[in-house]
Amino acid sequence: MPTALNTWLARHAQTLMGSLGRIVQHPVATTMTMAVIALALALPLFFNVLLENSRAATADWNQAFELSVYLAKKAGTERAEALAKQLRARPDVARVRVITADQALAEFRESSGFGKALDLLDTNPLPNALVVTPSLAASTAEGTQALKVHVASLADVDTVELDTEWVQRLNAILDVVRRVIWLTGALLAISVVLVVGNTIRLDILNRRAEIEVMKLVGATDSFARRPFLYSGVWYGLGGGVGAVAVVAVATALLAKPIQRLIGLYGSQFQLSGLRFGTAALILCLSIALGWMGSWIAATRHIRAIEP
Amino acid sequence: MIHFDQVSKRYPNGREALAGVAFRIEPGELVFLTGHSGAGKSSILKLIALIERPTRGQVFINHQNTAAIKARSIPEFRRSLGVVFQDHKLLLDRPVADNVALPLIVAGVPRREIEKRMRAALDQVGLLGKERSRPLELSTGEQQRVGIARAIIGKPPLLIADEPTGNLDPDLALEIMQLFKRFNDVGVTVVIASHDVHLIDRLGARRIVLADGHVVG
Repeated sequence: MPTALNTWLARHAQTLMGSLGRIVQHPVATTMTMAVIALALALPLFFNVLLENSRAATADWNQAFELSVYLAKKAGTERAEALAKQLRARPDVARVRVITADQALAEFRESSGFGKALDLLDTNPLPNALVVTPSLAASTAEGTQALKVHVASLADVDTVELDTEWVQRLNAILDVVRRVIWLTGALLAISVVLVVGNTIRLDILNRRAEIEVMKLVGATDSFARRPFLYSGVWYGLGGGVGAVAVVAVATALLAKPIQRLIGLYGSQFQLSGLRFGTAALILCLSIALGWMGSWIAATRHIRAIEP
Repeated sequence: MIHFDQVSKRYPNGREALAGVAFRIEPGELVFLTGHSGAGKSSILKLIALIERPTRGQVFINHQNTAAIKARSIPEFRRSLGVVFQDHKLLLDRPVADNVALPLIVAGVPRREIEKRMRAALDQVGLLGKERSRPLELSTGEQQRVGIARAIIGKPPLLIADEPTGNLDPDLALEIMQLFKRFNDVGVTVVIASHDVHLIDRLGARRIVLADGHVVG
């Protein structure tokens, strides 16, 4: 390696460690600055984790589009089987399950608790029905809609129900929530820049005399600015690590109750924590924000200090 | 080396510190700027170090018109200049070694060379062995010598000092002045602002006497 580059690297490394040493000398102030950054970043990050989990949880539901096809009363079991066979031949259909009127009644008797009341009925009021699952390729809003129209046009089909509206509403809500999280995140990111900027500004004012002397012996603005930029990087790194830690602890605390809650709905769902990639991204982001805040403050205030 | 051409300096508060000052200092000279406080000594040094700019007239350093030196080039310019202050302007939280080495550190000189030249500079002011001391552990005279070591470590052709003996008792003051004389002996141009007439008399160097912003002698 050329000596010039070596010297340059050594000097930067030295400044980097020097600024670390300096901010460690004021542990309370440093911790407070880092904590503010950590909390500002942890908030949107944590909501993002929850959002990602709700997406993961509802992803299954998105694909659970099923058509409930109720046949006319006059259509018997044979007709139901025939229709089922006809539908199974279609490429956009994955499965067709026949639920005969008797099966439906038996199931209803069992699950509803109206057994006694049902005994009073002379005839089975339920029609034969088919449950049609679209193929994976057709499991889109348009695909299922087209299938629904086709099935509804068949002879002996009374009604076709496609119960997806609530899933679409949920998705719309999640989209809004995601937008809100992004917006909050952007605002909090700006506040991180301001917090670091203000900390660095105070730092510079405290070391005004030193900067003056450095400029007097020929330091350029960028040389005088460098340690402050590194301080900003350290604040960012500390804050980022703090944010990741806060979110990790919060998710760990929530995992049990959420699992129990979802368990009550008969679903098996594991709350997934912060992914490694997201954590790494947050660290990079918070370092970048710290650097940005210190750059803005240091550039402005160091230029203003003249011996 | 230094040429002041009808230089006036009026500060934003309206005070006129210099009014049409003109003089020349040749390379290798040792010159004292004297006069009562407020006569304009410090203003002249500030104009030389580009801490201030003249309101009227021109200042030439080494045949270069300082008006042509842009803010961006000032750091480079100051590296060719050694400055000693009355109050030393040392960094109190850094050891002597760092204080002396500062001009080389900001200039990006490799570490090993800095180490060598820092010792040489301390040796020249008689403070070798005090590298690890903090400025406040030193006497006032020693602190001033640290300031001088910092000023000469970059081997500047021009050394300026503002009341370098202002806080020292006569014996120490003479010692410091003799130190400047030694640098002058090896070819460094030295300009010292001082109101200590007796001391200057003993050294017998050229004087530029100022009064109310004018050169009077």
